[in-house]
Amino acid sequence: MEPVAIVGVGMTEMRRERKADGYADLVYEATRKALDDAGMEIGEVDNVVTVSNDFFDGRTISSMAVQDACGSYDKNVSTVEGDGTFGAAYGLMRILSGSFGTTLVCVHHKGSESRMPLITNAMFDPIYERFLGIEAITSSALQARAYMDKYGITEEQCALVSVKNHRNAFKNPFAQLPLELTVEEVMASPYIADPIKLLDCCPISDGASAVILASEERARKLDVKPVWVKGVAYCSDAYHLGDRDLSDVRALEEAARKAYAMAGIGDPARKVDLVELYDAFTYMELMWLEGLGFCARGEGGKLAASGDTAADGRLPVNASGGCLSGNPVLVAGLNRIIECALQVRGDAGERQVDGVKTAVAHGINGPCGQSHCVWVLGGEK
Amino acid sequence: MAMAEEKKLLITLESGEAEQPFRWSAGIYGSRFLTELRDNKRFVGIRCPKCGKVYVPPRRVCGPCFVELSELVPVSDEGEIVTYTVVSFGFVDPATGKQKPVPYGYAVIKLDGADTYLLHYVDETDPAKIRVGARVKAVFEEERTGSMLDIKHFELLER
Ligand SMILES: [Zn+2]
Repeated sequence: MEPVAIVGVGMTEMRRERKADGYADLVYEATRKALDDAGMEIGEVDNVVTVSNDFFDGRTISSMAVQDACGSYDKNVSTVEGDGTFGAAYGLMRILSGSFGTTLVCVHHKGSESRMPLITNAMFDPIYERFLGIEAITSSALQARAYMDKYGITEEQCALVSVKNHRNAFKNPFAQLPLELTVEEVMASPYIADPIKLLDCCPISDGASAVILASEERARKLDVKPVWVKGVAYCSDAYHLGDRDLSDVRALEEAARKAYAMAGIGDPARKVDLVELYDAFTYMELMWLEGLGFCARGEGGKLAASGDTAADGRLPVNASGGCLSGNPVLVAGLNRIIECALQVRGDAGERQVDGVKTAVAHGINGPCGQSHCVWVLGGEK
Repeated sequence: MAMAEEKKLLITLESGEAEQPFRWSAGIYGSRFLTELRDNKRFVGIRCPKCGKVYVPPRRVCGPCFVELSELVPVSDEGEIVTYTVVSFGFVDPATGKQKPVPYGYAVIKLDGADTYLLHYVDETDPAKIRVGARVKAVFEEERTGSMLDIKHFELLER
């Protein structure tokens, strides 16, 4: 792959309700920050990819309604409906096409403006599934049970993820929900959908974020520390939940395998210094760590209990606090990429982990991780 | 900004009860599946000529083989639980506008003779009494209209 770098990143603070800001305000804030971070002006942006979801926004072609805010006026602008990691992958491909030297990718979400269960219910098949009331939490509970039952994963092991990630969030000024918790407190929180409890769940959030990608030639002209895209891949499983074995992570394994191959990584457990993954629910961190190849299938619980995934552990996972500490849907995936970029640059402030040379960011799309996108980022081309 | 001041100065607009009504086609095989539920309280699947997999509900294409399907086959109204949850939070059913009383049991079910799974309710609200692999049987509504809700729930055959 031709070298492409992340040259600018920007994110808003994630909050339960950003009442003073509409979508466009959030997008402008993130875009302005990314441009400032890159030392660029909007005229240097060759094309724009906007990412949003029409149901969440309550308007059709929602991605086109932020045109002023992201500076896409009079530019080639295209759209991704899905997680920000997928939007960024599309932005990357537009540079690789040779038609553009830089791409701005911006993502927005306001969970405060709609009723979350109704929106996530609407991702399910309207003939066979939707009227049964299934939505994001219920479907995830079914997946959690399938996974935990198959591999003997305990609720306490899942609770460790909640304790760790909420604690990490204290060092992240963008995070929404820093909490000092004990495993006992997580275990004592009420069941939402067994085996998922309140403190196993991410919050509802408002936020936006943006990244600027650049070809090597364009990146070299900027006064920035480029973060190089070493590998990117995605893969999707079947749509109907009933067509999938919810305990398996086939699509993630495939995406990770391809991304590592591109990056020339043989053994991710040894070569990767930091991971930011999509932990909308605690069990997901364990499952996705297995799918990403950081431990064997069924060993995610033991890995969580080992302490290796702590911010000061051998393999810090979600040192930012993860989605559990702020989950503007769609934005959350791009935030994983931004966190990895900041860590590779050494610009992650109080949450900086020492010596991050290679970092892995991960996003999901569709119910129960139907589709996975894996990014490998590094400081060296 | 103080709470009271914020309330006065920041405007949010309500969409009210605005709706976007849809009318979804179930397709030829989906219609057959739903009419069998409605008229005969029976389940039907469709077999892939290439891999032999029986899909329930039936559909036109086997995704992995990418071949067209046509052989409808009967499947049992009994099966086993693949995974389950007991839902404790209220949810307003978009079909009826009413909230289903909580808690309620929810399961992924593999009907005998099928290779894919159905999602539905299960008549147990104590998670300790449900297990993966437990046998279940469909219980039908008296009044049926040709929808998944023609199945009232799946009854646990072992407790
Ligand atoms: Zn087939």
